[in-house]
Formats: sequence, structure tokens, C-alpha cells
Amino acid sequence: MSQMLAQRDYYGKALRALASREDIVVLDADLAGSTKTSEFQKVCPERFVEVGIAEQNMIGVSSGLAAEGKTVFASTFGVFATGRCWEQIRLGAAYPKLNIKIVATHCGISVGEDGATHQALEDISLMRSLPNMTVLSPADAYETYAATMAIAEYDGPVYMRMGRSPVPVISKEGEKFTIGEAKVLLEGKDVSLFGTGQMVSNCIEAAEELRKEGVSAEVINVSTIKPLDRETVLASVSRTGCAVTAEEHSIIGGLGSAVSELISEELPSPVQRIGTMDMFGESGSPAELFVKYGLTSGDIAEAARRAIKRKR
Amino acid sequence: MVIRLAKSEKELREIANKLRLDVIEMTSEAGSGHPGGSLSSADLMAVLYFRVMNHRPSDPSWDGRDRFILSKGHVAPILYASLAESGYFPVDELKTLRKINSRLQGHPVRGKVPGVEMSTGSLGQGLSMACGFALAAKMDSKKHRVYCLVGDGELQSGMNWEAAMFASQYKLSNLVVFVDRNRLQISGCTDDVMSIEPLERKWESFGWRVITIDGHNIGQIINACKWAKRARTRPTVVIMNTIKGKGVSFMENNAVFHGKSCNEEETVCAENELEEAMRFCR
Repeated sequence: MSQMLAQRDYYGKALRALASREDIVVLDADLAGSTKTSEFQKVCPERFVEVGIAEQNMIGVSSGLAAEGKTVFASTFGVFATGRCWEQIRLGAAYPKLNIKIVATHCGISVGEDGATHQALEDISLMRSLPNMTVLSPADAYETYAATMAIAEYDGPVYMRMGRSPVPVISKEGEKFTIGEAKVLLEGKDVSLFGTGQMVSNCIEAAEELRKEGVSAEVINVSTIKPLDRETVLASVSRTGCAVTAEEHSIIGGLGSAVSELISEELPSPVQRIGTMDMFGESGSPAELFVKYGLTSGDIAEAARRAIKRKR
Repeated sequence: MVIRLAKSEKELREIANKLRLDVIEMTSEAGSGHPGGSLSSADLMAVLYFRVMNHRPSDPSWDGRDRFILSKGHVAPILYASLAESGYFPVDELKTLRKINSRLQGHPVRGKVPGVEMSTGSLGQGLSMACGFALAAKMDSKKHRVYCLVGDGELQSGMNWEAAMFASQYKLSNLVVFVDRNRLQISGCTDDVMSIEPLERKWESFGWRVITIDGHNIGQIINACKWAKRARTRPTVVIMNTIKGKGVSFMENNAVFHGKSCNEEETVCAENELEEAMRFCR
């Protein structure tokens, strides 16, 4: 069993480390204790802005701050960060290409007991459709830390998502994060497993299960969903001939869509998508929900078998 | 060059009518646009760009400039006219409004046009953005002011009141909001569509300094701006009672001209009236 760490704890640590940078301003909408922006607030209250339960205003204020040269981090839960203020993000962040980092926690069905109202399963789709927007979904706590540092260096709008619960550590502390780069974690020749967020660790488990059957699966961590690392995706599929995508998000508009769009245009091959099947979630423990909504390593392995069978 | 305290009240009245004339010409040339609300805010724009605001048209990103955020972005024509007439870009360019490849988009776009601080036009959002500009100035101990023009109709949008709370909480005394209270929106009377009354008491209850003026009286606008500068801990709102379509007889109080330009005949009439008004100012 690998070590389990919550990504949001490492987002908080990264913000704390960034507090020495005077251009950084952090906003939150009454959820600082949950999103861990409270870590920044503790060391730098003068550049922490509480907006109250008013997410649309949070984005509007972010636009003004960014226009004045601030590097803005605005955080809340994924449902509110992308759904409640999508049009504010469109007008005030994406269109004028301002330096605003919208970092959302509590994404995906692993939010668990709070139920569907709080489980963001459409956020990648919403953000990916905006021009100028970069969309990140790091796989674990260490990658979240590195990605936070990377987006603080990048000048432009970014959406970054993560879950609530601790997730298995699959990367090394201090590993470099490059926006737009997908990483091949395991090489294989029969099927490409493209995962994002905590589903990457499920892909690794699925690859292990498949290996026992003599199937060689390649595992790729797609932590940047937009811009998609076209070269890495196409190079992998050209070797394996088929693909599975796995995300804690609707199969509509997220990683599955992004990979399918690319493969259908450039290298038509069988693709199977793992994600929530155009439906809302519900209350339950994360583990129970993963089983009920078909997001386990076993589901990924089964999708891989189907994809391989469909190869000509 | 700092344009400041440059113009007398008499000159400002003439400039306001010149801006109105530009608005008619550019929207008629475009065949579309929003002349009504542009005309109602012309006097304010003349006062801001030719007297009250510190700004340098030859150096649009000068750090010490006062910021202007046009929340009611559909009146882009009056903003473009003010920027062109004060020297940000050639007045000739105004006739490219809304045309393909023009930087004068139907609604203002940050980064495209010198002097445009923020992309606006989706209503209800400019006040929050202005709060961000004002907060940044406070954080950096900068002395410039942030001016924001909102329409009365757009105050129906809840986001404004999130921003109103925010400005008060963060003591944004460097923020001055002007409400263009022309009482008309695209579907008709603001009071019928969705009343925003009691407007003064709303702002007061949100912790703002409130003053109500005649938005077509240059002297009153100037005095309101002076009063705004005396703010120490609270943001200021200036409610300007105005007439939609002000300055052109058949456009006044006529909601039809909210989002429709004049036809050929109307354009000639409007231009004649405004030229006459300009002569009267001299």
C-alpha cells in the first residue's frame, strides 16, 4: 500500500512557500480551511482576500487585481469555481488572458458523503472549452505541489483541479512539473491507459492486473488536459494501437473527450472511456462510489480488454 | 502631458456634445450599436476625460493614471469617442466601430484599444472588477482613483451587490461609482422590468457614501467628483439622474434607441441638433 496524502494539503504548502513573492494574492470564498488557502492566510494575511460566499465577485475582483499586475490564486470547491462563475471566468480571465489561477478542491465523486451537489464532474469540460485556458489535474500530492509552483511562474489563466480525500503517492517529491507534458509512467505495447488525477494510480493498479494476464499496458499521467500533449498521446497509441482514458469526471468533455478528439482525427484507433456515465453522483464513501460508478482499477482493466479486442 | 483641470464648464458642455455627435456618426456608420445609453452618459465622460481624471493619452499604461471601468460595456461608443477625442487614437478610426478587423469591437476589449482597462459588456460584472483595481491600489499604497460607470438596469444583477458589500468591507474609499439612472432598459422602464428602488437607501445600507445629482449638469458632476475625493473609509456612489438619448429630441426617453442606431434621415436630424447645441455652447 502506497503512502496516502491529500493534494489540497500540498496546495496549501505550496502557497505558503510562495508567500514571499509579493505579487501573489490569494482569494477564497469562505472555504479557506477546506481548500487550504488558510496556509497562505496564516503567513500572509495582508495578501489574503476573503470574499465571503460570493464566488462571482471573487472572480471579478481577481480580474481587477490581475490587471494591476498581481498573480492571483482564487480557490473554492470545483462546482462553485467553475459552474457558479463560468461566465465571469470567460469575460474576466480567459478573454483578456489575465494571470488568474483558479484552483479548485473537492472535485470528482470522491468528495463522497456530501453528495452530488458538491461533486464536480463537469468542471474539466467547462474550463476546457474556454479559449486561452490551461487545464491541469495533477495525480497526487507531490505533483500538486510542483504544479502549483509551475503555474505561479506561468503568465495566463489556469484552472487546476484536485479532490478532497488523501490519494496514493505515485510521484517523487521534488519532481519537476512542466505544463503541457504528459508522463509515461509504465511502458507497454498492448494498450495505452491515459489517466488524470487520482485515476492515474488506478491505472497503475489496472496495469498490474493486466500484466498477470500477460497483457502489457502503458500508463500515461495526463496531468495537463489542455493543452494536451499530442505527441506523447499519439506516440503511445501508435505503439499500442488502442487506448483507455480514466478520469474522475463525466465521460463528456473531459480527458476522454480530449484524447478521443485527437485520436479520431490523427490516428483512428479503439478508445474506451472510464468516467461517470453522463449522470450525477450521490452520497457514500469514496470507495463505495468508485465501485458503484465504475471507476475502479478493475473497471479500467476490463475497459482495456475491450479496447484490445476491438483492435483489427 | 497630463490632462487635468483642462477645461471650463462651458468647454466641457461643448465637448459632451461633440462626443454625442461622434456616437451618432459611428453607430450610424456601423448600422448598429447602443446610442441611447451613450448619450445619457456623455456629460459624465466629458468631465472625467477632460477635467477630473489624471491620465496620459500618449502613455496609456502610465502607472499613476486614474482607472476607468465601463461596466455598462454596450455604451462602448461613448468610451471610444472619449478616448479618441482626448488623444488615445485617431478620431478617424471611430468609423471602424463594429467592423471586421477593427479594434473597436461592439463591446470594449482589454488589450485591443489603448485606454480600455478591462473587457466588459456582459452586464453586472464591472463593479467587481473595479473593486479588484481599487484593492490593488490600496495594497500597493497607490494614490490613483478607480472610476466605474454602471447602468441602472444592470443593477438588477446580484453580482453588483456582492461587490457593493466587498467594497464596503475592504474600505475602498478610492472607488467612485456612477450610476447612469436613465430609467430605461431594452424592454422598457426599469421600474416595470424589475424595480431597483429604493436605490439611494440600497447603497446607503451597503455602507456607501451616496449623492444624487443631475447627470447632465456639468457643475454638479464636477462637484460630485470633488466630494468623492473627500472619502476616507467608504466607497462613493454618484447616482446621476439622466435622460436616455439626451441631446437628440426624438431619441430622448425612447427605449427604442437603447440598441438601435439611427437611419439615414434620423442621422441627419440628430447631427443637426447636436451641431446646433455645440454652437450654442460657444
